[in-house]
Amino acid sequence: MAAQLRVLRRRIRSVQSTKKITKAMELIAASRISKAQARVEASKPYAEEITRVLSALASSASVDHPMLSERENPDRAGVLVVTSDRGLAGGYSVNALRTAEELMQLIRSEGKEPVLYVIGRKGVAYYRFRNRELAGSWTGFSEQPRYEDAREVSQTLIKAFAAGKDDISEVATQGLGDEAGDDGVVGVDELHIVYTEFRSMITQVPVANRIVPLVVEESEEEAPDGPLPQYEFEPEAETLLDALLPKYITTRLYAALLESAASESAARRRAMKAATDNADEIAKTLVRQANQARQAEITQEISEIVGGADALSAAGSDI
Amino acid sequence: MANLHVELVSVERMIWAGEATLVLARTTEGELGVMPGHIPLLGQLADGGVVRIDEEGGEQLMVAVHGGFLSVTEKGVSILAELAEFADEIDVERARRALDNSDLASEDPEERQAALRATSRLRAAGQSV
Repeated sequence: MAAQLRVLRRRIRSVQSTKKITKAMELIAASRISKAQARVEASKPYAEEITRVLSALASSASVDHPMLSERENPDRAGVLVVTSDRGLAGGYSVNALRTAEELMQLIRSEGKEPVLYVIGRKGVAYYRFRNRELAGSWTGFSEQPRYEDAREVSQTLIKAFAAGKDDISEVATQGLGDEAGDDGVVGVDELHIVYTEFRSMITQVPVANRIVPLVVEESEEEAPDGPLPQYEFEPEAETLLDALLPKYITTRLYAALLESAASESAARRRAMKAATDNADEIAKTLVRQANQARQAEITQEISEIVGGADALSAAGSDI
Repeated sequence: MANLHVELVSVERMIWAGEATLVLARTTEGELGVMPGHIPLLGQLADGGVVRIDEEGGEQLMVAVHGGFLSVTEKGVSILAELAEFADEIDVERARRALDNSDLASEDPEERQAALRATSRLRAAGQSV
């Protein structure tokens, strides 16, 4: 009896200390959400400006750029998946990975071969475990991405895209993937990104977008001014576009990373809130059980004493 | 005369916005001065360059801008930069050391970029390079 009570008390203590940890994580995650959202907000002026500039550039000059036009026989598609570095974030990474799997199914059904790039330790572990080949992986910045991180990733991706230009397509003849062209590197013909969109504190939705060849998002507010002003370019439009497009892609990537970071924290906060609530619930049940056990112990002791006294008086002994 | 509305935007945040009478910058083609009423223009700023903004009150702002673009519309001027620092925020010692440690003529693009960044910082801080 006493042993049972001791076990229960020990479990209560353990549950309560776990609760303290999850509660702390919940609070940290909550403060990170607002920080991440602030960073998303802060990065908006640049993103809006570069989009405006790019659409001005694309509309005022009839420029043709490899990053803007679709390739004739695309047969390798790069897929960048943004996951978290740490666990305990509920379904955050799993949902992103599931969306990535769906996207890859789609890519395969179009006769293309997906090439994987992964951000975040969770994603890397997921694909390593399944013995899937990773063309590139980055870890260590999923919660607080910096612009340099985005640039590093985008440089790798853009290089892969550029390398894909002269690949010899063998899909038609052998049903196989690409063979490296003159540059000896097998590249990709398009690039997709899977990240988690932050809708609100309680909904985060994994989304898949194609980033290259890209469609420049036209800004909507331009309508009242009529057509965009005729710009002068310095240097000429083609060179400018060459310099601007990689930056634009990096900006898109950076925005996606920031958004994912906000989503990750929100997912973690919710998971930790659920864990804290559950710990509360378990502690409550255990306290009830412990009280019952204590009461049972007292009752037993009393009945033992009473029984003992009765037995003595029945034996007729005088104490 | 109407003033120019200038916005200096870096990747991570809006750094500065205000009215100015003149913006001086160097694009990859050459030096460029923008005054109110300038025709719309889109330019790539030269790496390692400095942008001078003459504020309405007569003050001059020197900004080290790296990896940037300049866009002039009838509404004003926007300067987009990967890295932008005001002259008084610059750690001259550090930039000097960075420049000593890197070579402008280096083969390695990373090192050349680092050297250009240091140059732009030093120029903005009014140091001779």
